[in-house]
Parts: sequence; C-alpha cells; structure tokens
Amino acid sequence: MSRLVRMDQTGHTTVAEWTAEDPAAVEAAVAAFTLELDQGYYAVVSSGEGRAEQVRELPLDAPLVILRRPIAGG
Amino acid sequence: MSSSAAAPPATASGTLPELAGVSWRRRVTDRSLRRTGRLWTLSTISHTAPFVLAAGVLAGLRPVLAPVSLILLVHAWAIPELYAARGAGVVRGPRHRDHPGEPVALGLLGDLVDHRVRELHARTRLVLERGRLGTWLVGEAGAVLVRQGGRRVHCYCVKVPDPQLPPSDRTAHLLLALRTDETGFATVANLAFSGARWRLRRRLAEDAREALDAAARIDPAS
Repeated sequence: MSRLVRMDQTGHTTVAEWTAEDPAAVEAAVAAFTLELDQGYYAVVSSGEGRAEQVRELPLDAPLVILRRPIAGG
Repeated sequence: MSSSAAAPPATASGTLPELAGVSWRRRVTDRSLRRTGRLWTLSTISHTAPFVLAAGVLAGLRPVLAPVSLILLVHAWAIPELYAARGAGVVRGPRHRDHPGEPVALGLLGDLVDHRVRELHARTRLVLERGRLGTWLVGEAGAVLVRQGGRRVHCYCVKVPDPQLPPSDRTAHLLLALRTDETGFATVANLAFSGARWRLRRRLAEDAREALDAAARIDPAS
C-alpha cells in the first residue's frame, strides 16, 4: 500500500492510499496529488540518506510520497 | 488523470524549485564555499585587527592608556564571538516542543532517518545528514554544515515559513529539501556564520555540542 502524506499542523495527514492494482484508488490519489500541488505543495520521494527526488507526477510505485511546503532563507 | 500504472515514469527533478526565488544568487559549490570561508576570515580579521593594533599602539606610546587598550582588546575579542553566537542561533532549541502535532511529526521524521540519527535527534533535536559538501546538522530553523576535515562550519538560516507546523515537521521540511538538492539548499539558505568549529561550539548548548562533535567525526569517505 502506497501513501501520499502531507506535512501539516497535525504532524502529517494521509491524503491518499493506493495500490497499483486498484485503478479507482490510483485515480483518487492522482486527483488528490494534483490538488495539493495546485495549492503550493511540493512532492518528494525520499530514498534514504542524501537521496530524495522532487516529483511532479505521482510515482505509483513509491511506498511513500511526502508533500512539503516551500522553504526560504530566514 | 496524469498518472497510471501504464503511464511513463513520473517526472523527477534534482533542482530545488525555491531557487527561482533567489535567481540573483550563484549556486553554491564546493569551491564557492571555500572562497566564502576565506572571505569570512578576512572580514573578521579586518574588523578585529584595527582594535588590536590600536591597543598595541596606545599601550606602547603611553602606558597610562593601558585600560583603554584593554577595552579595545575586549572589542576585538567580542566581534568574532558575536558572529559565532549568530551562527549558533540557527540551531537553537525548538520553541514549540509541546505542539500537539509533535508526536505524529516525530514519527514521520523518524521514518526518514536510520536509528543512529534518530537517537542523536532524540538527545539533541538535530538531524545529522551526510552530503557531498560535508556533514549537515539540520534543525527546526536552520542548518550547520561541517566541512570535510571538521575544522570549518557554515551556519545557515533557513526555515519553512509556516508557524503552525510542529518542530519535527519543520526539520523534516529542511531535511527533504536538503536531500533533493544539497547545493540548491545552501543557495536558498542565508549564511549566518562561517568560521572555526571550535568558535561555534563554545556558543552552542550542551546537547547541540554533542551533535556538532558527531558531525565532525564523520568520515566523508565512509
């Protein structure tokens, strides 16, 4: 089961869950993913120390996709 | 629908999108960091040397002015200390430790790191991350880069501008951005201090010193 989570004031919220074998869940996840990106979130897939990829389309095979806010110099 | 099981691979980017907001800055490189370090040292010397020189001249010309010389020397000592204190400020402890979302955020952050980093974070509130530029300590509102060899540090002020987020989520934001694009991360962040590790260490809280020592011990080749 893959998950799309958004980091927010609750800690994080699971926005969508899917498996590649479930087209309806995939469609819902992609719709949720697009909506979050439209709201200004960036999607990241982390694959261990020093490695993460910013993605603009939902990677269906990734176990965890994290939505984050933009950062800025303080 | 933009993706499906039969769709092409998801598009990925190794460039931090936040770079668009600082388009006037040149991307940080290993070489530019060395140059920045040298410039900081020169700048500090240029700020302190006149005080030291004046103190020596005054004491030499008129010994009765020794107290004035002493004051000048205190000034010369205080300037780099103030810079180092500013650097230490980027990893100062979380201000919202009792945030209701913190336990959940901590769980997500814990999933992103291995058990040694998790344990260090539990004690110091800083996440240790190895990079190509050196070893990073990522906090809630900033990061410290310990350069290879462990003698010089660069302190960066950088944060996610959302005051509602729990501390560990703020750290996770910075960690993910760093992992996505290390040099881009250093470019987006504002440099608060560059100098000797020992100078920063004296200005850190006890727990942060432990993290700094751990970062300095990391062998970048391992």
